[in-house]
Amino acid sequence: MGTYIPNTRDEQLDMLKSIGYEKFDDLFINIPREVYDKDFKIPYGVSELEVRKIMEKMASKNRIFKTVYRGSGAYNHYIPSIVKQITSKEEFLTSYTPYQAEISQGLLQSIFEYQTMICELTGMDVSNASVYDGATAAAEAVIMCKERKRTKVLVSEAALPGVLSTIKTYCHALDMEVIVVPCKNGMTDISKLKKLLDDKTACAYVQQPNMFGLIEDVDSIVEITHEAGAKVIEGCNPVSLAILKTPAEYGVDIAVGEAQPLGLPLSFGGPYIGFMATTEKLVRRLPGRIVGETVDINNKRAYVLTLQAREQHIRREKALSNICSNQALCAQTVAVYLTSMGQSGLLEVAKQSMSKSHYLASKITGIKGFDQVYAGEFFYEFVTTAPVDINIIMNKLEENDILGGYPLIEKNQIIWCVTEMVTKKEMDRLVELLKEVEG
Amino acid sequence: MKLIFEKSRSGRSCDILPPSDVPEYIIDKAYTRESECRLPEMAENDISRHYTEIVKNTHGVNDGFYPLGSCTMKYNPKINDEIANLNGFKNIHPLQPEHTIQGALEALSLAEEYFCKITGMDRMSFQPAAGAQGELTGLLLIRAYHEERKDFKRNKIIIPDSAHGTNPATATMAGYTVITIESKEDGLVDLEKLKEVVDDDTAGLMLTNPSTIGLFEKDILEITSIVHDNGGLIYYDGANLNAIVGLVRPGDMGFDVIHLNLHKTFSTPHGGGGPGSGPVGCKDILAKYLPTPTVEKSADGYKFKYDNKNSIGTMKNFYGNFLVVLRALTYVISLGQDGLKDTARNAVLNANYMMHNLKDIYQVAFDGPCMHEFVISIEKLKKEQGITALDIAKSLLEYGIHPPTMYFPNIVAEALMIEPTETESRETLDEAINIFKLIYDKAKKTPIKLKEAPNNTYVGRLDEVRAARNPILKYKFK
Repeated sequence: MGTYIPNTRDEQLDMLKSIGYEKFDDLFINIPREVYDKDFKIPYGVSELEVRKIMEKMASKNRIFKTVYRGSGAYNHYIPSIVKQITSKEEFLTSYTPYQAEISQGLLQSIFEYQTMICELTGMDVSNASVYDGATAAAEAVIMCKERKRTKVLVSEAALPGVLSTIKTYCHALDMEVIVVPCKNGMTDISKLKKLLDDKTACAYVQQPNMFGLIEDVDSIVEITHEAGAKVIEGCNPVSLAILKTPAEYGVDIAVGEAQPLGLPLSFGGPYIGFMATTEKLVRRLPGRIVGETVDINNKRAYVLTLQAREQHIRREKALSNICSNQALCAQTVAVYLTSMGQSGLLEVAKQSMSKSHYLASKITGIKGFDQVYAGEFFYEFVTTAPVDINIIMNKLEENDILGGYPLIEKNQIIWCVTEMVTKKEMDRLVELLKEVEG
Repeated sequence: MKLIFEKSRSGRSCDILPPSDVPEYIIDKAYTRESECRLPEMAENDISRHYTEIVKNTHGVNDGFYPLGSCTMKYNPKINDEIANLNGFKNIHPLQPEHTIQGALEALSLAEEYFCKITGMDRMSFQPAAGAQGELTGLLLIRAYHEERKDFKRNKIIIPDSAHGTNPATATMAGYTVITIESKEDGLVDLEKLKEVVDDDTAGLMLTNPSTIGLFEKDILEITSIVHDNGGLIYYDGANLNAIVGLVRPGDMGFDVIHLNLHKTFSTPHGGGGPGSGPVGCKDILAKYLPTPTVEKSADGYKFKYDNKNSIGTMKNFYGNFLVVLRALTYVISLGQDGLKDTARNAVLNANYMMHNLKDIYQVAFDGPCMHEFVISIEKLKKEQGITALDIAKSLLEYGIHPPTMYFPNIVAEALMIEPTETESRETLDEAINIFKLIYDKAKKTPIKLKEAPNNTYVGRLDEVRAARNPILKYKFK
């Protein structure tokens, strides 16, 4: 049996006796006997070596592809060695939320640095200490916008399906109506949005770049949405922000997104990390932990969890959100990643991803039957048609250790994604394989 | 400590990527940002030193005794981290075809089987990312149940006043009105008050058992019957499961839906405040409402099931904090049935041992054997010496002990909630007991010393009011 209890059985019994009990059962006298200490039918424990073998066998049943052309909410970027080394440090792993600031200045400062980096990326005034993932960040942002007479939520059809469905789940409970704004040519249809906006609209959510990789006209979306007195939430890919116009430059009210591309492995979808940044005006509606700067009794600079009057442990049923944890370790990871890549490095990741995806797009669309579906400018994802059943294409690529783009089964189209991880040689090889499909 | 931005020097960097092997794509200026993105510019050695300094001022379970009540700061086994870091788990794209992820689905399916057996539930979803999200998921299942029965009148959730703040906050997020019931003198649920408020407008009851004061609700079977008899459902907040894991199952106590905190009872690291994992289990009557997708086992392998028309939807993108679930699964396989029972027994023994050895000096809030944690009140010291729970907590810092949870539960004045966990040795407990006694002596003889504590930490007590009144939430670049 595996155990992490230091005291031996004799020591345990000795401790029991020393406090006046005969046996362990005496400690549990308040549990009704009819439900106490049953066989619940899971196996008995095993040693570390045995459990390792069991889990390694399970891991070996998963396929890890050499080349990945799939994004759609989870992106395969390079993670520098130092990121893993630093974030594996036991203190970072095993500490709790830094309530005791005097012994947590390291962690608090690191989150403060993370908040600053998110503000730099988005251009926004303030960032929280992070939330669960991009989808919950979007849902929490929507709730931030709820007002007594404004409960309608407009979500672009070109938002990731997982984000849309999470927003719907959160809104259903709060009686907030969610309406999907249709697309035109793969982009949010601005004229339809305009028609849907009214004095009951709380906010509009738009993803940039959108799920088809296209760069949305956020300027127009902000203009018409603000005219209607509603707020704009932009869900952004943080890598793209090294190049693309920032949420602040567009004038959005809340910027959110999935920060997994910044140093977190694909991890079969989690843990990831949602970032949330907003304007000074909305800071007291921002959910989650926030770290602020202050001084100690000797006037020395120090950091502390602040603005807690917003939070559930103070406001209870009057709180706007129930969230208590952030994704602190993931926020650390993002901060170390952004530091090790640095200003020029992140720009390089973004440039190479964008340049390579445009290279591949130009090559793929040269093959008969693979046409680019949308004409708009894209960042590092693009959609093509396919000349045959996409399952045939995917299987062929799989045989060659390639995870193809994300298949849109109903339309028989593919969303391709290229990051800096892919070489020109690999893309040329992909093109050769696709040509074979055509023939 | 300097901020990383203060250490940054223009032009410095790490050499991570090769030069691009394709022509550079120049995007139209209309799409690009104008403002600078001022990320740090540093060499790798300086980054390493920066974070070493950061880590030295971060306090983990590995640094010392961490009896933070309600948080179950037990040892985090290293094998669990290694398993989560296996290439075959860590590098799976969440949208890979099912036949390439059979191991991952097997892990989720096995975790569902084991955690259901441990808790007495029929089905479980690992999608919720943390306890609070688990609570929301659970209440949404309850809501979906009543909605499908067109029982729209049920718009109230009953919550004892001893509950964590997340419970009422969650009920509000789930669209419910909160009915708070006052606890009895002994800290337990008042059956008479419960009967008074339970009605045909009751959607459900949220309960933590053992409660936040560290006592088992001995009338639990009656409590769950009262609510069920009135058509309500009962939610189990798994925050305190470590006290009873393997010894009594929420399902057998009459709970319909539960969440687990894998980062508490099942030893996954807290990570400084996350990522956690808050799987939600339920009885068959609620199973069809669980978040999508669910994992199903069939003759030709494991599959995701998406077409659950009654499902509440998705709580987040993808399938939950998978790498955290793997750690918890590794832990459960390691400990097994026998090891889990031993966990609860020793968590409770260690708490009672500490309580017994402190009760003559400190005022224990409630009588009787405690479960995995106990609450002391500093009220008497406050009256006599002007010493508060905060002063005791800050003094503990000087001895390298992480303070207990302070000022919670709200129903106890000047509360300190102590949870040693089962992974602490007798010597560690004895040492902590002595330090608590020493601090008590100081409170009696030289209370001013406690008011000034801590003296040997990187910073002294902070001006929290200033932080909130004049918020500085990011670095101001020069």
